[in-house]
Amino acid sequence: MKLKLAVAALAAALVIPAAHAQVKVGVTLSATGPAASLGIPERNTFQLLPTTVGGQPVQWIVLDDASDTTKARQNAEKFVNEDKVDVIVGSTTTPNSLAMIEAAARSRTPMVSMAASARIVEPIDDAKRWVFKTPQSDALMASAITQHMSDSGVKTVGFIGFNDAYGEGWAQEFQKFADLRKLKIVGNERYARTDTSVTGQILKLMAANPDAILIAGSGTPAALPQKTLVERGYKGKIYQTHGVANADFLRVGGKDVNGTLLPAGPILVAAQLPDSNESKKVALAYTKMYEDKFGPGSLSTFGGHAYDVYLILDVAIAEAAKKAKPGTPEFRVALRDAIENVKNLKATHGVFNMSAQDHNGLDQRARVMVRIDNGQWKLAQ
Amino acid sequence: MNFDIALLLAQDGLTNGAIYALLALALVLVFAVTRVIFVPQGEFVAYGALTLASLQLGKVPGTAYLLIVAGVATAAVETLAALRERRPGRLPALLAWNVALPVALLLAARWAAPLAPPLWAQVALALALVVPLGPMLYRLAFQPLANASVLVLLIVSVAVHFVMVGLGLLFFGAEGSRTPAFSDARFAVGAMTVSGQSLFVIGASLALIFALWLFFERTLYGKALRATAVNRLGARLVGISTTLAGKLTFTLAAAIGAASGILVAPITTIYYDSGFLIGLKGFVGAIIGGLVSYPLAAAGALVVGLLESFSSFWASAFKEVIVFTLIIPVLLWRSLTTHHVEEEEDE
Repeated sequence: MKLKLAVAALAAALVIPAAHAQVKVGVTLSATGPAASLGIPERNTFQLLPTTVGGQPVQWIVLDDASDTTKARQNAEKFVNEDKVDVIVGSTTTPNSLAMIEAAARSRTPMVSMAASARIVEPIDDAKRWVFKTPQSDALMASAITQHMSDSGVKTVGFIGFNDAYGEGWAQEFQKFADLRKLKIVGNERYARTDTSVTGQILKLMAANPDAILIAGSGTPAALPQKTLVERGYKGKIYQTHGVANADFLRVGGKDVNGTLLPAGPILVAAQLPDSNESKKVALAYTKMYEDKFGPGSLSTFGGHAYDVYLILDVAIAEAAKKAKPGTPEFRVALRDAIENVKNLKATHGVFNMSAQDHNGLDQRARVMVRIDNGQWKLAQ
Repeated sequence: MNFDIALLLAQDGLTNGAIYALLALALVLVFAVTRVIFVPQGEFVAYGALTLASLQLGKVPGTAYLLIVAGVATAAVETLAALRERRPGRLPALLAWNVALPVALLLAARWAAPLAPPLWAQVALALALVVPLGPMLYRLAFQPLANASVLVLLIVSVAVHFVMVGLGLLFFGAEGSRTPAFSDARFAVGAMTVSGQSLFVIGASLALIFALWLFFERTLYGKALRATAVNRLGARLVGISTTLAGKLTFTLAAAIGAASGILVAPITTIYYDSGFLIGLKGFVGAIIGGLVSYPLAAAGALVVGLLESFSSFWASAFKEVIVFTLIIPVLLWRSLTTHHVEEEEDE
C-alpha cells in the first residue's frame, strides 16, 4: 500500500510543469505484486533518465500497475484519454502488455513493451502495428540453450517450470527447439512460485535420469528446484533461463547454484565481453549510472530493457520531431514509423534492427551463455 | 514409483505437514476464543522467517520499526481508555509494554544485527520483534469489534492480511530469502537418508504442540482460554477477562506463526507473500477439524502435507487443485454428520 503511494509520489515528482511542445511518455510497470522483482529495477531506471530525449523536452509519467492486468489497462486508458501521451511504455509482464494493446491501437499511439513473449508483437496486424518490445523473445533464448546442450553432448533433458504463463511459454518454445536438435525431453514438471517444496517433482525427474535439467522460473523462486536437485545428489548439467539474472538469485542460491548455465542479455557480463562486442560500451555506461545511484551490485538485467526503451525513443523522437509537433496525431504516426525504422541501434541487450515484419529487432547478438562461478556471472565459452 | 521414493515423499510431506499442523492449531485456537478466522496467520510465518533472514544479513528488519508504530498506536488507544475509565495507575505499565519495549528491541536489533550473533540469539531476537505484533494487532483491529458477527471479523481479518502483505513487500522487497539450516546432519535409516533439518522441524512442532497441551491443561491462563472458547458469557461471569483472553490468544498465534516461519525458512525460500498459501493449507487442516478439534486439525494438516507431496510427484501441474479440492468432500461429510453444531450457532 505504502509502496503504491511512494510510486504515486514519484510519478508526481516526475511531472514537470507543462512547457510547450513537450513529448509525453506514459510508463506503466509492475513495481508491486508478483512481478515486482522485474518492475522495481525498471522503475529505478526511469528515475535515472534525462528529461530531454532526442533533443525534445520529455515528461515521464510513471505509474504502477501492481502486476495486475486490469490496472495496466486502466493506466493505458488514462494515458491515451486524459494525458494524451505521445508514446506508451510498458508493461513489465506479458499478460499486462497484451491487455494494453487495444488501447494503444485504438488511439493510434505507439507502445513499447518491456515484457518477453513474442505474442506481444507477433503476428503483426492492424493493432500490433503500433506495438514494439525490447526484451529478447523466449525463442531466441531457448535456441541458445538447446544449442549449448547439443554442443556439450546432452541427449536427454528434464524440464521443470513455473505453473503459469512463463513456464508454459518456455515449455512450448523449448519443445520446439529440442526437437530440432534431436534432444529427448524425458520429464515435464510444474511448480508454483510460492511452493515450499518440489521434492515430488524432482524425484520424478531424477527417476528418468536425464543428462541435463532445465529450470524455467524467474527470480529467487527458481532456486528451489536447483537446491532440491543438489540435495538429492543430481550429477547432470543444470540450466536456468534468463529470468534468474539478478543478484538475489545468487544470494538465495548460494553454493548450490554453482556451475549453472543460462542464456542472458550481454549486459549481465558486459565487463567480460571482448571490446569488439557492440553492446559492451553502452551496457557498461548504463551499469555505472545505475550502480552509482542504487549501490554496487544492484544492477538487474530487467532495468536494461527499460534503458533500451529510452535508447530507441531517443533516436525515434529526434526523427519524428522533424516531421510533426509533439502532442498531435501526426507526431504519433511519425514516431511509430521512426521506431519501425530504427536500424543498427547498439543497446544494453543487443543490437536493434526494427522492420515492418519484426517489432522486436534483436538477433543472436542479444544473447550470451553465462555460467555461475562461485557467486559470479561468468561468460561461458 | 518405488518404495524409496514413497519414503522420501512421506518424509517431505510430514515435514511440511508439521508446519501446517502448527498453523492449523493456531487458527483453531484463535477462532475458538475470539471467533476470528485469522487470515493473517500466514503473514506471521513470513514476518518471522524474513525478520530472521534480515538479521542474518546484518540489516535491521522493517518489522522493528513496524513494532514501534504499532506500539505507539496501541499505547495511544490504551491511554485514552485508561483516562476515560479514570485509572491513570495503569499508564506506566502500558507505556512500558507498548513503547519502551519496542524501542528497546529496535535498539537491540540495531546493536546486534551487524555483530552477527549466534543463531539462537538471532532467533530469539526475531521472535521478540514479531510476537508482540500479535496482541497489538488484536488491540487495534479486533478488540473494538469483539462482539461483532463472524462475518465482520472475517472482513477485518482479510483487510489486516492485505495491510500486512503490503508492508511485507515494503520491508523485505519482492525477492525471497532463505536462512541457513539449523542442522546439516543426515542420518541413514535403512535405504533412505533423513535430513537433520526435517527431524528438527518435526521435533520442534511436536515440542510446541506438547507445550500448548501443557499450557491448556495445567495453567490457569490456559484454562481461562478454554473457558472463554466454550462460552464467552459464562467465562465473563466467573471473572475471566475476554479482552485478556483475546490478547493472549493473539500472542500465542503470533508466536506459533513466527516460530513456524523460522522452522520452515531453512528448507524453502520465503517471500513476503508466501505466508498466505502456507496459512491457507493450515486452514484446510483446521477445516478438517471443523475449526473446533485440535487433534483432528493437526491430523488434517498432516494429511494436507502428505497429499501435497504425493500429488506433486504424480501430477505437479494440478497439485494445488488436488490439495484444495480436499476441502469439498470434508465439508460434505461434516455437513452430513454434524449439522446440529450449526443449529447451536444460530441461536
